[in-house]
Amino acid sequence: MTAPGPTDTAARLTGLVRALRGHGLRIGPAETVDAAAVLDVLGFADREQMRAGLAAALLRSDGQRAVFDASFDLFFPLGVGTPEALRTDPPPQPDGEGADGPEPPRFGRPDPLRDQLRERLAAALAADDRAAQARLAGEVIEAFGRYGTGSTPGSDGWSAHQALGRLSPETLLARILAALRENPGREDLSDRVLADEIRRRIRDFRAQVTTEARRRVAELRGAERIAERAVAPTADRIDFLYAGREQLAELRRTVHPLARKLATRLAARRRRAARGQIDLRRTLRRSLSTGGVPLRPAHRLRRPARPELVLLCDVSGSVSGFADFTMLLVRAMSEQFSKVRVFAFVNRTAEITDLLRENSADPARLAARILAEAKVMGYHGNSDYGSALGEFADRHLDAVGPRTCVLVLGDARNNHRDPNLDALRRIAGRARRVFWLNPEQPALWPTGDSAALAYADVVEMHSCRNARRLGELISRLLPV
Amino acid sequence: MASGNSANGDGTGFFASVADTADRLAATGYLASTAVATTVFLADRLGKPLLVEGPAGVGKTELAKAVAELGRARLVRLQCYEGIDEARALYEWNHAKQLLRITAGRDEGWDQARTDIFGEEFLLTRPLLTAIRGEEPTVLLIDEMDKADVEVEALLLEVLSDFQVTVPELGTITASRRPFVLLTSNATRELSEALRRRCLFLHLDYPDAELERRIVRLKVPGLDDRLAASLVRVVGALRAMELRKAPSVAETIDWARTLLALGADTLDETVVRDTLGVILKHQDDVRKAAQKLTLA
Repeated sequence: MTAPGPTDTAARLTGLVRALRGHGLRIGPAETVDAAAVLDVLGFADREQMRAGLAAALLRSDGQRAVFDASFDLFFPLGVGTPEALRTDPPPQPDGEGADGPEPPRFGRPDPLRDQLRERLAAALAADDRAAQARLAGEVIEAFGRYGTGSTPGSDGWSAHQALGRLSPETLLARILAALRENPGREDLSDRVLADEIRRRIRDFRAQVTTEARRRVAELRGAERIAERAVAPTADRIDFLYAGREQLAELRRTVHPLARKLATRLAARRRRAARGQIDLRRTLRRSLSTGGVPLRPAHRLRRPARPELVLLCDVSGSVSGFADFTMLLVRAMSEQFSKVRVFAFVNRTAEITDLLRENSADPARLAARILAEAKVMGYHGNSDYGSALGEFADRHLDAVGPRTCVLVLGDARNNHRDPNLDALRRIAGRARRVFWLNPEQPALWPTGDSAALAYADVVEMHSCRNARRLGELISRLLPV
Repeated sequence: MASGNSANGDGTGFFASVADTADRLAATGYLASTAVATTVFLADRLGKPLLVEGPAGVGKTELAKAVAELGRARLVRLQCYEGIDEARALYEWNHAKQLLRITAGRDEGWDQARTDIFGEEFLLTRPLLTAIRGEEPTVLLIDEMDKADVEVEALLLEVLSDFQVTVPELGTITASRRPFVLLTSNATRELSEALRRRCLFLHLDYPDAELERRIVRLKVPGLDDRLAASLVRVVGALRAMELRKAPSVAETIDWARTLLALGADTLDETVVRDTLGVILKHQDDVRKAAQKLTLA
């Protein structure tokens, strides 16, 4: 990479900082100045050093790393246009394919370029050769990533999705495994993890291709716009309702750190609460012995009991990501409560505390197990908040007492059935506090089949769209 | 080495370049990744404190020790714990001695006694002040910052941003020579923005397979290369699983030592089944891992 001029560098750096701020990272001018000092000290010779140095100056937690890496690749790209290695040393072209974009092959037609790339990719993955993989990522995008009018030298865009679809690196797994296992060698236990390793390498390669495509698109559209749209948000800002499988897995990994964080926040609140409020009655009573002057204020004694928690979760498909995450979080925080009971419903209510308690349970398959093992559905599979709340109020109301805090999780989309507000009132009447956490934004509450507003009249309803918000709500709302 | 550089620059001046940092850390037995070497070099050059966060057992504290060793610097360590306060971290007046001084000089006037008992002689320096006042090169390690209460962070801010300590009776003491400051945290608690803003941030994660192999080879030289490679691969696979406590570098090394002591030459089922407890500390995790490696 050649050293850009001073103004160019400043513009790139501030662009990067702006993009990061757009993703919710708090970076002040002081950090930007630090980052500039870092570049000044390190120079532009080694890109990985620059990346590490800027990360040290700009980031404040590990969760921000993915956003940073993607943005860094956009504002300090590896090169411009076709990767340099390809220009100076063009890859061997099979006959019959022009350099300016191959025509899409018809089904069944042999595709020598694809076969050749797959061949080389298999070799690179088997050898775990990162440099070769990076080079291949460039070639793959160059060969298959272009879309739009392919005949013009520029193109309308570059698509990692399209390129990876043509290449389908996943299908190489069996082949690589077979090739590696053929090697003569002793039976070694580490071979049992080989498939996982190869899968991880393929995933890394996919990420490289995506980065490469993003770089090429950024050249066409400007890094700012791509950074804003194409860079995935940090895990704690992923919207529960729109999270994909990968993102949910990423969210699950944040459960334990978040639980620890919340536990310390609750502990701090508890400590503060322990200092206590003035007990006016006892203070006055005591002041009588000093002639009515309250010399020694009496504090209200704190009851040492921890709160009980009842979780009532809608586990139907539309909101199960949210319910799953919250259940795992509550399980991780269970030491903070004297008792936790969890109920799940779609249109019938069942207690799933024991399902959740089994530590061996694989968190990824929790939702499937709840649907399979607990009786949460009647004759149909649609959400019915009215009958579910009714059933809870009729059969499980003994779980709720004066020390209990009830959290209802769900989008309140009731398929136009009776909301059964009375049942919710009965629950609220017995519980210490009832909160409803709704993964939809408030603007959507009055729309469609949502009964959110009706329920919001009875209990406090909060919108809770991502993990960050959930953490805030839990640390603020729950009684200590 | 650590000479003269501190006069003209803000930094501690231990290192000449990133490559130099990596080489010299390696010479003390600390193998650093590019990210670690770069960040340590920057902290040294820019004279900013370095906040190192990461899972337990990846070598956060070791890093400070390595820097101290190669800079021939004195290592001043402040171990944080819940309830640590000013008197333990910064300085304290030696009350007993002050009382003795007062009783010894009964006849002198108030003014003289007052100026005397708040002199250097009665000051007990604690780690932070010690590090600031030192004339020789110093590495200040503030360990497990997340264990300390939030109030202590506020105490640190003056030290970290200006390298000075204000003692009301004596005035402000500024560092004549900046220490290399390294804070570690296991992220059990979120550190305040104000503290983070003053530091360079380094997330020290598990090393990649190549680096970990080198670490194992360095720390357990007797182990067969092939076995070391398999071992690192298995540990890497375990880390990818959702375990309650993923094995860290310290555990990898322990495992390597165990295998060496057992005289194992391949990683076969019996060996792994018998020694899984070395790297995994929860029964659930052991069961899960055994399932994964189909030991059952």
